[in-house]
Order: sequence, then structure tokens, then C-alpha cells
Amino acid sequence: MSTQQSEATGLRTLTFGQSINRGLRAALAEDDKVLVMGEDVGTLGGVFRITDGLQKEFGAQRVLDSPLAESGIVGTAVGLAYRGFRPVVEIQFDGFVYPAFDQIVSQVAKLRYRTRGHVAMPLTIRIPFGGGIGSPEHHSESPEAYFAHTAGLRVVSPSNPQDAYTMIRQSIACDDPVIFFEPKRRYHEKAEVDLEAEADLPLGAARVVVPGDQVTLIAYGPLVKTAIDAATAAADEGVSVEVIDVRSLSPVDFGPLEASVRKTGRVVITHEAGQFAGLGAELAASLTERCFYHLEQPPVRVTGFDIPYPPSKLEQHHLPDLDRILDGVDSVLERTSSLNGAAAGPSAARQGGDA
Amino acid sequence: MSRENVMTPAGTAAAEPICLVAPDGTRRHHEPFDAAVADVSDDAVADLYADMVAARRIDTEATALQRQGELALWPPLLGQEAAQVGSARALRQDDFVFTSYRENAVAYCRGVKLEEMLTVWRGNASSGWDPFSVNMATPQIIIGAQTLHATGYAMGIKFDGGDQAAVAYFGDGAVTQGDVNEALAFAASYQAPAVFFCQNNQWAISEPVGLQSRVPIAQRAEGFGMEHVRIDGNDVLASLAATRIALDRARAGDGPTFIEAVTYRMGPHTTADDPTRYRSKDEVEEWSGKDPLKRIEAYLQTRGMAVDGFREAAEHRADEVAEALRAGVTGMADPEWEQVFENVYAEDHAWLRRQREQYGRYLELVEGEGQ
Repeated sequence: MSTQQSEATGLRTLTFGQSINRGLRAALAEDDKVLVMGEDVGTLGGVFRITDGLQKEFGAQRVLDSPLAESGIVGTAVGLAYRGFRPVVEIQFDGFVYPAFDQIVSQVAKLRYRTRGHVAMPLTIRIPFGGGIGSPEHHSESPEAYFAHTAGLRVVSPSNPQDAYTMIRQSIACDDPVIFFEPKRRYHEKAEVDLEAEADLPLGAARVVVPGDQVTLIAYGPLVKTAIDAATAAADEGVSVEVIDVRSLSPVDFGPLEASVRKTGRVVITHEAGQFAGLGAELAASLTERCFYHLEQPPVRVTGFDIPYPPSKLEQHHLPDLDRILDGVDSVLERTSSLNGAAAGPSAARQGGDA
Repeated sequence: MSRENVMTPAGTAAAEPICLVAPDGTRRHHEPFDAAVADVSDDAVADLYADMVAARRIDTEATALQRQGELALWPPLLGQEAAQVGSARALRQDDFVFTSYRENAVAYCRGVKLEEMLTVWRGNASSGWDPFSVNMATPQIIIGAQTLHATGYAMGIKFDGGDQAAVAYFGDGAVTQGDVNEALAFAASYQAPAVFFCQNNQWAISEPVGLQSRVPIAQRAEGFGMEHVRIDGNDVLASLAATRIALDRARAGDGPTFIEAVTYRMGPHTTADDPTRYRSKDEVEEWSGKDPLKRIEAYLQTRGMAVDGFREAAEHRADEVAEALRAGVTGMADPEWEQVFENVYAEDHAWLRRQREQYGRYLELVEGEGQ
């Protein structure tokens, strides 16, 4: 494609990170009530450079370097929203969101409800999340379940540059507070992004990213790419895996998930967060309730372990990778899998048991 | 650590709180404060007195309603009328106020409807009123959280070029919370037009102020590079003057101010609390000698006003307030079940819609069986 055509159609080759930057820039340009706030987001452009150049373009009153205090960042954003602004705040790393947890779950999430609709909280809280970049502790966590469990918040996670661009704009436009989880290990991945395109899906919608008919593989954020790779590998072995990108973790768009499970009868769910009371537990339980008679096997979760995030030399053991996902796929296909013991099949699984 | 040790702030001696009307009604002088209230006539002081009488009556009536089972809980402000009325009457209607749950006199001065003040305590709603109808956020239960909201609002005023101010009310217990310290840091850094009004009522439920701060609370602001002042919180004129000065400073673009109003909670923390377990009769008696209402009566008497006349007028008004309060509470309709599911989100949320639909069908089923 020629450069000229690209200009005409708004197509650009952008990294995931640049796509969010473009989305923020468009939102700042369209509405002078939109503010970007956070630690180092101004002159530095953020530690991941996601806000690069925005302060230069829009000034220090639209793109604010904030004092180093997460509760302060979110709490002042609440006051700004009272005043009619639409703040987009950046929490520098996943593990740093906890000091702001009270303001997010007790204030941001509840203000509409507790004022019976009088006070709107159109905040977007951006959180780079997940592992795989060799960081020290507190820099690789997956805290999405805490927020998905909280009524009043919407929780989303894009998995590719086009969604990153579209979804950040939809999040800022949304009158509800949105927790926007950015899979930081995908920041540098490139794709062609159409900056002019109308969003093809609402913010809350799930999407089938690889069609298939034997196994439903559900993922979001950083693991969507891994899931697609797993589906490709499975296809080489003659197994047809349908991959679904959940995109919205609250609310979950169950339509495409149910349709897929009714077709395949077998479901694998994968995420980096620990398994216990994680999003996978909700997806498995809900899909079992809704599609019980279509299931050939119990849903299987391939997830991080229920441990504090390990040091970077160990993270490859913690994070689900292509092979562990394929092992999960084998399990629901009643083939040999670590999950159901050496001998395949439901009876073997029962004998193997869980402690 | 001995009790005395906890109760006595260490280090520098506490600055004597600024006072314009002493407990015996004597007028004292303080130059900038005198100037700030130079225009306040004796009639205007009598109006402030009437507001305080009404606030005290709201307390009495609400406490009675709680004892009669009409309210689940009530946080009285008895003793803090001067701090609240003086500061609230300094505000313009377009200023925005963020408070905790004890600022019922502030709410009264802002024009909050009496029954709306009690909705939350009756359990009819999470909070009572439309914040934008009176420019006052609904009370905050999480200690200190509202100071950040006021700071953010004040930053917004500055960003959009307004000349209003945002005011945060909080107590002595709150100053220990991270949010209050973060609010002071943000407000000072951005020079936001914010006023931090701390009512040091000596007790955070059962914990004395010495457990929250080893120095006079106003002094905390110093570390943030913030203007601060310590006033006699039982003196309505001092409260009015200090808040006016702080608001002028905010409007002039000179940044935030921290006011510590030294006062006393004469009653319990809430109607569920028993203060006799943690504080002495002597202490309560000592503070009742500093009563904010009595001193204004004494002061106006020295000014030659007929005490009986303005007291009677104030009490008549308070009677009307109490009557309206009682009628508002007892006449309050229970909320409809649908309200459980309303205003959680601005936009449709599939999960919640499903729960609402399922529950609606369940109610239909149950009601169907009952017929």
C-alpha cells in the first residue's frame, strides 16, 4: 500500500503503545474537558512513552505530571469529574494501583449509585498490566479480578493495536468509569491501524479472532496472541480451535462465548492471573450454567499460579505459554494431558482427582 | 505511654487559637480577623446565632428520631455549631463543599432539604441529595477521602478559570489518613483554590487527638508549605473570619489554606457510641463552659441587644425546623425494589440487567403464588 493511500484511509503501521497515544491525542483534541494525569506522563511521556508528546501539544494543564501518590491521582480525578472534566489517569504499573484501591472501589465505582445518578464519574484509569518483560516485583501483576468484582466499574483489556486505539477512545467517551488494562508486553508489537475507522464493536463486546469448531479457547489482553499461536499449532496437528478475545472483562459479552461452546462442547480459558477466584472461575461457572448440556468435558483453566508474582528468571514457569495452553486443549479433547493424568479420559481424570 | 503523654502535644507549645468572642462574651481583637468581619452587624451575629440554634435543634430532633426507631443512626454535632455555621456562612453559593458525615449544620446552611439530610440515616438511599442543587457533595463516610475530591475540584476551578473555591471539611482523626496528606500535597503543589477546614473536636470515636498528632494539627500544614491558622472553633465570628480570609486568598489565586478549628464534640460519636467509657465528666464540663451559643448570647447582651427577643425568635425558627424534620422523616416512602439496580452504570450492563430481570421474574412468581 502506498503512503498516499495510507493517508487517505487513515491506515498507519503503529505499535500497540503508539496506538494508545494516538487515541489519547484524538480524545484530547476533540474535547477540552479530557485531561491526562499521572506520574511522569508529562515531560517524560510516561515510563512506557504512551503519553509521549501530549504535554507538548496540549500544555501542562491538559497533561499533568502529578505528585507521586496513587490515591491522590485517582481522588483528585474524582473531584475533577465533579467539576465536569473527563480525566484519564495513568497508574504507572499494575502493582502500584493498590494505594488507589480505596478511591477506585469506594468512590469512583460507587458515586453514581450513591448519588442516585446525580454524579457521573467518566474516568478512564489506564493500568499497564501483566508480566513477561523481566521486571522486578510489583511490575508484572494481573489485578483485573479485583476490579471486575466491583460493581460500577467497567473493565476492559485490548489485545492488539487497532483495539487499543479504538477502545481507549470508547473508554474515554463512556460515561462510566473504565479500568483500562494495557498488556505491557505487547506495547511494541506492530500492526496496521485505521485511525479513521468507526469502531466495529461496542466497548463491551467479545470477538472471535480465530474460527474453529472443536475447542473454544478464551483469552484476553496479553494472552490473546499466545492463544492464536496455540490455535495455529493445534491446526497443524489437525485440531480446530476457536479463539475468542473477551476484550471486556466486565461486563462479559457471553453471546459469542455461549455460541462457541454450544458448537464445540469444549472450553479452555487462559489468563496470567492466579486461578483461584480469578476471571476464569467466573467464565467457567457461567458457561457451565448456560451451556451445561452442550459440554462434553468440564471447562479447563490454564492460568498463572496462586503465588505472588515470581522473580523474572522464574516467570516463564508462571505464565501460561503456547505449550501449556495446548496441554489444556489436549485435556478437554480427552487426550493425554498433564491436567488429567497420564491416561486420558474423564474416568482417568476422576481417578487422578484433586487433593 | 501515659494518657497525659498522649493527650499533650510534644514539641512546640500549641499556638493559642484565635478568638474574637471569648467564652464569657467579651469581644477580643485580632487585626486581620477584625477586618474580615468588620461589616458583620449585631443583627447578622444574631442570624448566625439563629443558625446555630437550628443546627442544635436538628441534632436533638434527629437523636430523638433515632431513639424512637425512625432512624438507624445519627452522628450529632452538638458543640460544633460555631465552627460549622461560621465557616459555611462565609461561602458563596457557587463554591463547592465536600464534607464528612457530621457537617449537618453546613448542609443546613447550604440549603439542603431536611428530609434529604436524613435519607441516608433512615436507610432509604446511600445519600440524600443532588450535589449540584446545593453545591455540596453528599457526606463521605470513608475518613478523609473527600479532601482529595475537594482538591481535584479546586484544581478544576483553576484549570477552567473560575473564581470559586472548594472546601473540604474533616476531623482530627482524618489528618492521619493518607488521603488527607495526599490532598494537602496536591493542593499545595498545584496552588489549588481549596480550603481545608479541620474540626478538631478532640476525639476520633474513643481516640484522643494526641493519638493522631504530636503537634497542633494546624502545624501539619506547614510541612506542605501551606498557609494555616488555628482558631477557637466554638467562636462563630472567628470561624467566619478565618474562612473569609481563606476564601479571599483562594479567589485571588494565592492557593490553599488550612484552618484548624479547635472545638469539642459534646455528644457521642454517633448514637451507637458511649462516650462515658473513654472520657471524663470533668472534661465535658470544662467544655460546656465554652459553649458556642451561650457566648454569643453573652456577647450580644454586651452589645445592648435584648437576649430574650432574639433567643425567642431563634427558638421559634428551630421549632419549625424540627417539625419539618420529623414530618419529612416519618412521611418518607420506602424505596421501590427497582432502585436496587438503578444508577450502578450510566450505560446498560449486561450482567446487571440479567440479575434485575431474573429478580423481577422471581418477584412476579412469588406475588403470583401469594394471590
